[in-house]
Amino acid sequence: MKVKDLKEQLDLVLVAGEAGLGQTIQGGYCGDLLSDVMANATEHCVWLTVQAHQNIVAVAVLKEMAAIIITCGNTPDKATCDTADQEKIPLFLSERSAFDLAWALARSDTD
Amino acid sequence: MGSLVKIFPIKHRDFIHAGKPSIEIKNILKTLNTPREIIRRVAVCGYEGEMNVVMHARNGQIRLELSNTMIIIKITDKGPGIPDIDQAMEKGFSTALDEFREMGFGAGMGLPNMKKNADRFEIRSTPEKGTTVRMEFATGER
Repeated sequence: MKVKDLKEQLDLVLVAGEAGLGQTIQGGYCGDLLSDVMANATEHCVWLTVQAHQNIVAVAVLKEMAAIIITCGNTPDKATCDTADQEKIPLFLSERSAFDLAWALARSDTD
Repeated sequence: MGSLVKIFPIKHRDFIHAGKPSIEIKNILKTLNTPREIIRRVAVCGYEGEMNVVMHARNGQIRLELSNTMIIIKITDKGPGIPDIDQAMEKGFSTALDEFREMGFGAGMGLPNMKKNADRFEIRSTPEKGTTVRMEFATGER
């Protein structure tokens, strides 16, 4: 599945990192503790988190993630979006929880 | 091949730039065709080390050294130091402020993650002065 397919499947709002929409997603990770994410998230995953501060983009770049979904209605500031644009990390927003989104994604992903 | 040394400064509470030195180090290692498995471990250690300085110290630096057979990451800071290193190495122990915990830091996983991912890990600290963490990653002959 490509990152761009996530948007429609999960009804997400894209706020930054459009240049990375063509990436292929391989797996996902839900986590809000950054050390846990650094330790356990896998490359090319989509990361679901309530964290919305600028440092999440550094984590995504270091782990070579495909995209970030900021969950539960949390919103990033402009600096976070600017960094995501620079680093080509698609940043999506959703009102739904990480569990809801992961559930919906697992059910819809037939690839 | 001779050794290459690069030094990147780290500032207290600078969450905006935190992580960028580790990203640069990762990019340098990639251009040198370092095995991905090693790059992944260096990235975890660099990032965790940077965040410790950002949260706990006044300022510091991360130093990358590449020799023929290993990568050395040394993180040095001026700060309060660690009074009890054994306690600091325990999983789950953290002195991070609540405001940093709310950002997802301070889980008490940083130092254990660094030790786990480095081939050799040394930490030295002097209270009221600062802390140095040195990590080696064996690369074999380049």
